[in-house]
Formats: sequence, structure tokens, C-alpha cells
Amino acid sequence: MTEFTPWSSLAGGALIGLAAVLLMALHGRIMGVTGILSGMLPGAAAGGGRGWRLAFLAGAVLAPLFLTRAFGLEVGFDSPVSWAAVAVSGFLVGMGVTWGGGCTSGHGICGNARLSPRSLVATLTFMATATLTVWVIRHLIGGI
Amino acid sequence: MPLLAALLIGMIFGSGIVLAGMANPAKVLNFFDIAGSWDPSLAFVMGGALAVTLIGYRFVLRRLRPAFDQGFHLPARAAIDRRLVGGSALLGIGWGIAGFCPGGAIPALGLLRPEPLLFVATLLAGMLAARQLKKR
Repeated sequence: MTEFTPWSSLAGGALIGLAAVLLMALHGRIMGVTGILSGMLPGAAAGGGRGWRLAFLAGAVLAPLFLTRAFGLEVGFDSPVSWAAVAVSGFLVGMGVTWGGGCTSGHGICGNARLSPRSLVATLTFMATATLTVWVIRHLIGGI
Repeated sequence: MPLLAALLIGMIFGSGIVLAGMANPAKVLNFFDIAGSWDPSLAFVMGGALAVTLIGYRFVLRRLRPAFDQGFHLPARAAIDRRLVGGSALLGIGWGIAGFCPGGAIPALGLLRPEPLLFVATLLAGMLAARQLKKR
């Protein structure tokens, strides 16, 4: 069980939105973590350079580090599946976001905010398959 | 200046993700477990993020250009094809297996736990593999 946290989740969501708006206003970029990571990989046609991408990713990692280590914020974290499942999941997500051209941040937030039909289709698709996958694993197979 | 700004924006994003609970795979999986231990929190994350971005983009994209660049870099693709749907379906399956997505896993690296590291490593491997297959 995890606790239902409507207010902190809404506030966190608003911060994510604020970051997306700022990255567009200042750098003119979609805040899609897939696109940002992809531009960092070897052989990528890193349009506009790797600098801002690396800086964004560094900030995204450093903030939770500071919040938990320096300010003592308690952040819930529990990975309830096996190591093998995490590894398989990472590989599938990596292939999926590359073919689908985005993930929960790029399609789910930025694309939908631009009212992109592609992003709406992507979002409905991954929400549906994620729900189905969790149902199959938890209620049909009984855990992995 | 653009680099410092990107670092700060990344920090806002990372703070939002952990505050929202998106860096916690158990919470993400419970959002999808409607028939079991359902936790609707992530709907509030999505709602909050979308509302702010929807309104913010209205104002920002009306401008001629962003502060640090000559123009906005917006995706030009419009096709709703098999690759989009198939890729997104695969993303959802992977997301449902372990509860990590790229935007949640990167900030989760800062929590200094081993699972996000394993996820990000295999994520990058999957991205490189898909790129190789796409070339053919």
C-alpha cells in the first residue's frame, strides 16, 4: 500500500509543469526526458548541443540528493519487483520511447499541453498497456 | 547563463518528481492497480503538470523566440503510425513491469538506491538497440 497524497502530488505536478514552461520560454525546448537523454547518447545528432541537456539532467539528479541528504526530506522509495524485472523493464521502455518518440514527460505533459494528436494517442496507449500489464502481473500471474 | 538556467530547471523538475511521488515505483504501480491497492495520486501529478504547462505554453509560444535561442524547437512529426502506437505500447508494458519511467528514474538516481541505476542503464541500452534496429 502507498498513501494517497493528493496535495503533494498536485504541488509536485505543478513544479514539473513550471519546469516544462521555463525550458520552453528560455531554451525553446520540449521537456521530454527521452529526447534529452537521446541527445546525449553517442552518435546522436545533438541539435543545439549537449550542454543544456547535461545541465538539466544534473539538476534533476542533484535536487533529490540535496532535498534528502542536506535538508533531510523523507522521500518514499520502494521497488517491489525483482532485479531481473527492473532490467527487462528498462530495456523495453528504452525501445518503446525511441520508437514512440517520447515518454510520460515529452508526450504525456508537453505534447498534450500543445494539443498534439500524436501525443494524445501515445499517452492513451501507454496508460492502457501499463494498466493491463499491472493487472496481468498482480492479479493473473501473482507477482514477479 | 543558459547552462545555469538549465541546471535550475532540472532541479525544479527533479524536486517536482520526488514531491509528487513519481520517483517511487511502488506508488506508480499502485496507480495502475485499480483492481488492487489503488493509489490515485498520479492523476493529480498529471493534472497539476498539464494544467500549468497548458496555460504556460499559451503565453510562451505566442512569443517570437525563446530567451536563449533563435526559435522554438517543436516536433514536426504529425503521423500517427504503427511505430508511434507500438513504441508507446511497449513503453507502457515496461512501465507496468517495474514502475519506472525515464522522467521518474532520473531524479530517483539522486536517492542513491541501486534500482534506478539499473533501470537507467538498461533504458539507455534499450534506446541504443532500438536506434540500431530503426536504421535498418
